[in-house]
Amino acid sequence: MFGLVAANGMSLPLINAHSHLAMAASPLARLGALDIAVIVIYFAMVIWIGFYLKGQASTSEEFFMAGREMTAWIAGLSFVSANLGSLELMGWAGSAYQYGILAAHWYWIGAIPAMLFLGMVMMPFYYVCKTHSVPGYLKLRYGQGASVVSAISFAFMTVLMSGVNMFAMAEVMKVVLGWDLNFSIIVSSLAVAAYVALGGLRSAIFNEVLQFMLIWGGALLVPILGMVETGGWNGFKARLAQNIASGAIGQGDYTHMWRSMGHFTDNPMGIHWTGIVFGLGFAISFGYWTTDFLVVQRVLAAHNLRSARMAPIIGSFFKMAVPFIVILPGLLGLVVLQNPNGTLMHLVPQNLATEGSGLHSYNEVLPLMMVRYMSPGLLGLGITALIAGFMSGMAGNVSAFSAVWTYDIYQPLIKKDASDQHLVTVGRWATILGVVVSIGTAYLVMSAAGIMDYVQALFSFFISPLLGVVLVGMFWTRATKAGGFWGLLLGTLTSVGLWAWVKADPHALRYVALSPDAKDMAENMYRALWSVIVAILVNVVVSMATKPKPAAELEGLVYGATKIPEEEPVPIYKNEWFWTAVATVMFCALNIYFW
Amino acid sequence: MSTSGHSSIWFFIGILLTVYGAMIFCYGLYELATGHVANVVLANLHAPVWWGGGMLILGLFYGIRFRPGRNG
Repeated sequence: MFGLVAANGMSLPLINAHSHLAMAASPLARLGALDIAVIVIYFAMVIWIGFYLKGQASTSEEFFMAGREMTAWIAGLSFVSANLGSLELMGWAGSAYQYGILAAHWYWIGAIPAMLFLGMVMMPFYYVCKTHSVPGYLKLRYGQGASVVSAISFAFMTVLMSGVNMFAMAEVMKVVLGWDLNFSIIVSSLAVAAYVALGGLRSAIFNEVLQFMLIWGGALLVPILGMVETGGWNGFKARLAQNIASGAIGQGDYTHMWRSMGHFTDNPMGIHWTGIVFGLGFAISFGYWTTDFLVVQRVLAAHNLRSARMAPIIGSFFKMAVPFIVILPGLLGLVVLQNPNGTLMHLVPQNLATEGSGLHSYNEVLPLMMVRYMSPGLLGLGITALIAGFMSGMAGNVSAFSAVWTYDIYQPLIKKDASDQHLVTVGRWATILGVVVSIGTAYLVMSAAGIMDYVQALFSFFISPLLGVVLVGMFWTRATKAGGFWGLLLGTLTSVGLWAWVKADPHALRYVALSPDAKDMAENMYRALWSVIVAILVNVVVSMATKPKPAAELEGLVYGATKIPEEEPVPIYKNEWFWTAVATVMFCALNIYFW
Repeated sequence: MSTSGHSSIWFFIGILLTVYGAMIFCYGLYELATGHVANVVLANLHAPVWWGGGMLILGLFYGIRFRPGRNG
């Protein structure tokens, strides 16, 4: 999207790892023995889980798909956790400090509709065809060409992004705790390599659920104490209004999400509501949550179709709640953070928070809030939550890379007759290879920071065109192999072309985002939208001119040609449609309340 | 989830929450007993006592409810 793409590829607003180098020199937090013990115990636990689960990852189905034995709750929590990286937590908290509650769009309209759509509409096709991956679905639907293009781009972008985020995380640990970059990179990556290589996807999922609990246990205390200090939401708004009136905080609407979306100039992000709804809410969000194998892999591990459908729905409730541990602390920072002399602290853009300036950047708001409220032990828990968030993102990347490399690249292109045991061995080595490439990328970025922008942009090129191709293939029996291939290719080239155009001539943004007042953030949204539209149109046009597959070959892959298995009736509180309706009502209510 | 007689993830979560909860709760009790509170805002609310205590109770619940050998 803009700035850094998180470990999972979804989005990250403002954190920019190489500019962390310019952050304040002295660490924000000083850990005591109790805090260190909390962190050490966490590492011991994740390694223990890896060894414990090693015996349950001896077949390829167990190693890559966790034996397809996960309950809806486990798959759902893992689905959300793989996305909840620590850089995302810090970046969006900083974004909330800077832009207010507008940042919550990335958690609500930028996630919930897509998650519900995945569960209720798309999951039956992914699940019934028994694919091991999203490129695997493309192979079944469109043939080898589109599948290989998708697999190779996904595999390499995944490990490259993992490395970029590893470096960014090491920078965060340096700023927050004063830890050495090499120490952070090596220790965290070795831990992830150990538990994923040993226990496969099951180990990654177990740890993601564990990490999810830690993130909540470590981060939830901050908004609770912040609300106590400010006297609740109304007390917070009163103090915010007072600070704005006195000029202590810049003018702006920090507590409403839609009122300032009427025009690009009405909000500090420089975005129009069409960009939020169609660009973020459709092209980017649906592209990420329904076709990025990193998250879809977690749901495919569910033990039956009902659980696979329920998993994203369960995840949607937690995703809706994440702003309370991310956005709210950022907002609270506007009124409670103080300098040592008692005056209101002003956080600044990263380029101003230089060494010796004594200033802190927006992205430091979450650690600053932790240091403000958390005593020994609790602070260690909060820091562990950040480390856990990073590791869950990285584990998600390498486990997805391992599956795609083995099933969609190695098996079809290198060794077609590989035995099941051989595939497991390849998967274990692919996990280690993924971590090694990630480490290499981290050091590459360290030595040439400019590379990072290109890696991030590269990742964003593939997600939205893939959405266009998957959607057409899943809901239109007439779509052909050639249509899928050319749709994917030209959709991607559209994205690359628009990116290069704006890079070469920043004024081109007015054409891409349809307004001379658009700002950088709008570019990603409209670029994603145009690329998905091109992918769909090209797919349709080429398909009309080429010969479709016989209907018999589309069974289990396409709407209209697939008989969705009927499931046993269950009480309403276990029914996926009921919970989808509840999630939809809550989603609407939140948007209306914060309108 | 418990598979093939193996331990559930909730058991591991129970163990971790119990250990963390006990550590933080004990530190909170130490603060209460000695009056040496950490230099943080709202220290008078003794968050380590109730937050650590809550984690300890939750951890014990999960650890016992999903202990190995018990169907969960």
